[in-house]
Amino acid sequence: MWTFFHKLASPPHFYELSLRMIPWFAVPGLLLIGYGAWAGLFVAPPDYQQGDAFRIIYVHVPAAYLSLLAYMVMAISAGIGLIWRMKLAHAVAAGAAPLGAWFTFLALATGSIWGRPMWGTWWEWGDPRLTSELILLFLYFGYMALRAAIDDTAQADKASAVLALVGAVNVPIIHFSVEWWSSLHQGPTLIREGGPAIEPAMLYPLLAMIFGFSLLFGALLLGRVRTEVLNRERRARWVRNLVLNQDSAA
Amino acid sequence: MKPRQQRMLAVGLAVAGIAVAAALSLRAFEESMMFFVEISEVEKGNYPADRNFRVGGLVVDGSVRRNPGELEVAFDLTDLESELTVTYSGILPDLFREGQGIIAHGRLNEDGVFVADEVLAKHDENYMPPEVAESLARHAEAKEAAMEAEQQ
Repeated sequence: MWTFFHKLASPPHFYELSLRMIPWFAVPGLLLIGYGAWAGLFVAPPDYQQGDAFRIIYVHVPAAYLSLLAYMVMAISAGIGLIWRMKLAHAVAAGAAPLGAWFTFLALATGSIWGRPMWGTWWEWGDPRLTSELILLFLYFGYMALRAAIDDTAQADKASAVLALVGAVNVPIIHFSVEWWSSLHQGPTLIREGGPAIEPAMLYPLLAMIFGFSLLFGALLLGRVRTEVLNRERRARWVRNLVLNQDSAA
Repeated sequence: MKPRQQRMLAVGLAVAGIAVAAALSLRAFEESMMFFVEISEVEKGNYPADRNFRVGGLVVDGSVRRNPGELEVAFDLTDLESELTVTYSGILPDLFREGQGIIAHGRLNEDGVFVADEVLAKHDENYMPPEVAESLARHAEAKEAAMEAEQQ
């Protein structure tokens, strides 16, 4: 059991294994997104109040969910990196940040586009859900900026990990904002008492999109962590051997 | 204690401390975290009188009054306990309709009428096709009729 983790944590082994793992995430992820996009646009019935405009949830909800999931991945990896002094964990945290920022941006942008016709406003300052999600975007920016500002990798790891852990307090705030305070944003549809408040024909494409986005995130994260590991280990012997072998093979 | 356990304790305590600090400060700002004030709170006088604020509630069925050819519109808002009359001059959002939750931004005048400068529609968490909504409404009506018949 533990030997598996120790092996996984070794950069050359991870570099080897991750390449084989990427298709296992990317292929089902893209299939699910393809199905979800098709079923969400053409099979699901229009909503009784919003008509076809509700279909933006097939991008908005998975993006918002992933913006939180990516932050959890980032904060937990950063914590593991701090406690166990594990470089691979820091590499995972560093790789998750830009992905999370993109998902956050996507959630904010699609929400804004939907909000204009439905709520009657692009953006409302003072709404707890909207504001806390914007703070999440700034946390990602802050994390990336802090990493970029420190030249020494070990120092950058430590400083940015502390920031990631401090910012983790925002994740439950975003999730519960619509329950704790009055908000323009509607309450949760999927995870709530009494089961999901959505027609099955509308729900299945949404679930497919959420799982598809998650798997795609996994594939993209593995790819990013691979390059991050390669960059960190650029002076190690295994990287030199890798490059030499590739040259001789070509 | 091993150094690793020390680090674990330090990270755990720091995260817990930040969580407590955040919870306390959010509690302290509870009122300003609220996006809108409920109608019964307005009735009780629990609203900021010196500045604009938002009220939220359901538009009362059959309460929307508008003179033809004018933008000026008046309607009643309810939280199923108290009611408040709102006037507004402008374009209403798509989801504005009777029975729908809305949020109005503005202030209360001397007559107890809320003069809004912005009206937003609040969407609820229910998603369903039009046919399902219709059949739900039919069933609700049938149930009401049955209850009335029983009372008589």
